[in-house]
Amino acid sequence: MSKQYKLVTCTINGKLMEKMVDVRASLTDMLRDDFRLTSVKKGCEVGECGACNVIIDGECFNSCIYLAVWAEGKNILTLEGLANPDGTLSDIQQAFIDEAAVQCGFCTPGFIMSAVEILETGRELSDEEIRKRLSGHLCRCTGYENIFRAVKKTMLRRLGKEKEAEAV
Amino acid sequence: MYDIKALYEAASVEDAIRLLTEHPAAKIIAGGSDVLVKVREGRLAGAELVSIQGIDALRGVCLEEDGAIRIGSLTSFSHITRDPVIQDKINVLGQAVDTIGGPQIRNIGTIGGNTCNGVTSADSASTLFAWDAIVELTGPEGKRQVPIQDFYLKAGVVDLRPGELQTAIRIPRKSYEGYKGHYIKYAMREAMDIATLGCSVNVKLSLDKRAIDDVRIAYGVAGPIPARAPLAEQAAIGKPLSTQVLDQFAQDVLKSLNPRDSWRASKAFRQHIAVVLAKRALAEAVRLSGGEIYE
Ligand SMILES: Cc1cc2nc3c(=O)[nH]c(=O)nc-3n(C[C@H](O)[C@H](O)[C@H](O)COP(=O)(O)OP(=O)(O)OC[C@H]3O[C@@H](n4cnc5c(N)ncnc54)[C@H](O)[C@@H]3O)c2cc1C
Ligand code: FES
Ligand code: FES
Repeated sequence: MSKQYKLVTCTINGKLMEKMVDVRASLTDMLRDDFRLTSVKKGCEVGECGACNVIIDGECFNSCIYLAVWAEGKNILTLEGLANPDGTLSDIQQAFIDEAAVQCGFCTPGFIMSAVEILETGRELSDEEIRKRLSGHLCRCTGYENIFRAVKKTMLRRLGKEKEAEAV
Repeated sequence: MYDIKALYEAASVEDAIRLLTEHPAAKIIAGGSDVLVKVREGRLAGAELVSIQGIDALRGVCLEEDGAIRIGSLTSFSHITRDPVIQDKINVLGQAVDTIGGPQIRNIGTIGGNTCNGVTSADSASTLFAWDAIVELTGPEGKRQVPIQDFYLKAGVVDLRPGELQTAIRIPRKSYEGYKGHYIKYAMREAMDIATLGCSVNVKLSLDKRAIDDVRIAYGVAGPIPARAPLAEQAAIGKPLSTQVLDQFAQDVLKSLNPRDSWRASKAFRQHIAVVLAKRALAEAVRLSGGEIYE
């Protein structure tokens, strides 16, 4: 079988991009190899661990089980797109550091993108709901509690509940 | 890179039928959460794929003129759970698909894929069996409507003819009006786990809410394909809402089920939880219907 390519046009971290992609590529392959967005990790590559998680049109997807050609016309956000224009980290990234929610760091970008989806709802979620929203990720280092705290604190801070955030 | 021989992208249902007819060996890929995993594992390596991911007309839920709920086959689980029609009429389906995998899987997985894979543990399937859902198939000869119980032929095999794709799942008005349902997924973990057993019940109470007017119960993983327990259903119709009736109903399900031993659980354990879940799910469906169970 001769190689099959397709031109894909999509927005990645706010910039309109165009690329000839191999139809056999996963979105992880495209983001890492063609755009050097290496926050998108290759973990299990079968949808189990969430290390490759990115936001497409506002929803989280494991990019390892998403064909690159499906990105046509889509708006994709990876961890690289989160930092502020002046290069400082976003609140959720800083919270992961402050709460020691990062050890080896392999799971971190995936978790943070799910956290972004949670924060973008603009709602105050129950502990149970936060845990459920993070349940598509595996972390072999932290034991999850610090990750949960980083997300909950950031959620409360964004809602102006500084005192409640401190108490978490 | 995936080991894919060729990928054909369909822009419309007609386009998909044409591509499937031109490439008879090709497999349909919708969300890909089964297909791509199988390609990766080698079981589908080297496959030709017809992608229907781009057919937006197959997404979404609506009410048809006759009151039937129509769910486009490409509708993702998270969109089903959030849909106002589903929440209003058959909330149990939204709850059932909300137990699938984790959040990212629920954003990519489709109800069409969950039923066309023919898998007994599929979390939408038992609920669709319990609501007498109709599967709409579109192919070179036009449309067919098949009751979901006939759509499943055997483990992993459904009634899809050459060139056909599933375009919708429909729940007729008479199946849902006046009914409330509940689904219980029994699994080892709260997320990212396949059901050891799944049980979906719905019930319609008599006007005074003291008796069972109709009841339907279906299971996943209690046999090679999802299955109803008709003997338990028939025996309970017309009976009063008493603990004794619920206990008998739960015992009766075993007359219709044939679970097996697997590494996840033994046959005996599955039979045990089938009885327990039947009682719990029916009690919850009764509660949702505004009924009370008497001693
Ligand atoms: C990590 C992980 C966890 C999972 N957890 C669960 C779980 O808890 N419960 C559960 O039920 N499932 C689970 N699954 C399985 C899977 O997500 C579901 O079965 C899903 O519904 C498949 O839908 P899809 O659109 O991704 O299907 P695809 O992979 O695209 O297709 C699945 C099958 O259906 C066929 N098909 C798809 N759409 C159509 C159509 N419209 N017409 C005809 N044929 C079609 C395909 O040819 C293929 O055989 C999990 C999968 C993963 C990767
Ligand atoms: S690498 Fe994609 S889910 Fe594990
Ligand atoms: S920090 Fe190492 S896997 Fe999560």
